[in-house]
Amino acid sequence: MPAEITQLLPAAVPLSWYLVLSAILFTLGVAGFLFRRNIITVFMSIELMLNAVNLTFVAFSYHLKQVDGHIFSFFVMVVAAAEATVGLAIILTVFKNRATLEIDEVSSMKL
Amino acid sequence: MDALLFLTFAGIAVLCAINLILQTHPISSALSLVGVMGALAVLYLLLGGAFIAAVQLIVYAGAVMVLFLFVIMLLNAQAERTTSKPAIRAWVSVPLLFTFVILLASLIIQRAPAGAAVRFGEFTGGSVANVGRALFTTYLLPFEITSILILIAILGAIVLARKEI
Repeated sequence: MPAEITQLLPAAVPLSWYLVLSAILFTLGVAGFLFRRNIITVFMSIELMLNAVNLTFVAFSYHLKQVDGHIFSFFVMVVAAAEATVGLAIILTVFKNRATLEIDEVSSMKL
Repeated sequence: MDALLFLTFAGIAVLCAINLILQTHPISSALSLVGVMGALAVLYLLLGGAFIAAVQLIVYAGAVMVLFLFVIMLLNAQAERTTSKPAIRAWVSVPLLFTFVILLASLIIQRAPAGAAVRFGEFTGGSVANVGRALFTTYLLPFEITSILILIAILGAIVLARKEI
């Protein structure tokens, strides 16, 4: 590795870089949630937002030198897994009844 | 070295996330999300979270994403049809989201604890032993409630996926 590049970068990564990365990923998740019209892609955008929050938890866990943040992000993962199970079952049912995955076409409550 | 690793995997994560929202086919989006999760697992390792990095790869990138891919293939999901409809949505929400992320980033940089830096290997409290000890002592009750949550999720999925609904 060239020495110039190593000198340009800080020796240790500032904590705020991790938090800014988390903010960027969260915003990209919101953008996907707003723009995509495929119900499965919208669901994946939600998972992206959950992942961004997990990164914040783990970063602060490092900063406070405590393990609690890891536990919280572990619980977030468990909730995300349960949510994915039920959500995908709902998507299956919607597809069985409407034969479509476009969100705009399942906007009405009645059949 | 730490900064180089961080920038590499942060770049991979952001590029994969952008690819997720730009791809029209759900399979491509799902594979991009796997990329984001893999990159995040490496960042967890840099932050000293060995257990959480392993769980991220096994549960998220492994189990949850396979479930997603399974459903996409089961429903034979096609690429999204493009319409002229979301033009106004894009004109309004892209500047708003951009402002949101700039505000958030400036707030973080302003308020973040001064001099707080991440050095690999300085915190090793995220090992399996430490996480397990906290999980089965301090957080025993939430852990047990989680098992009920998962049981309800299993039952809900079975009920929803029945033929009659």
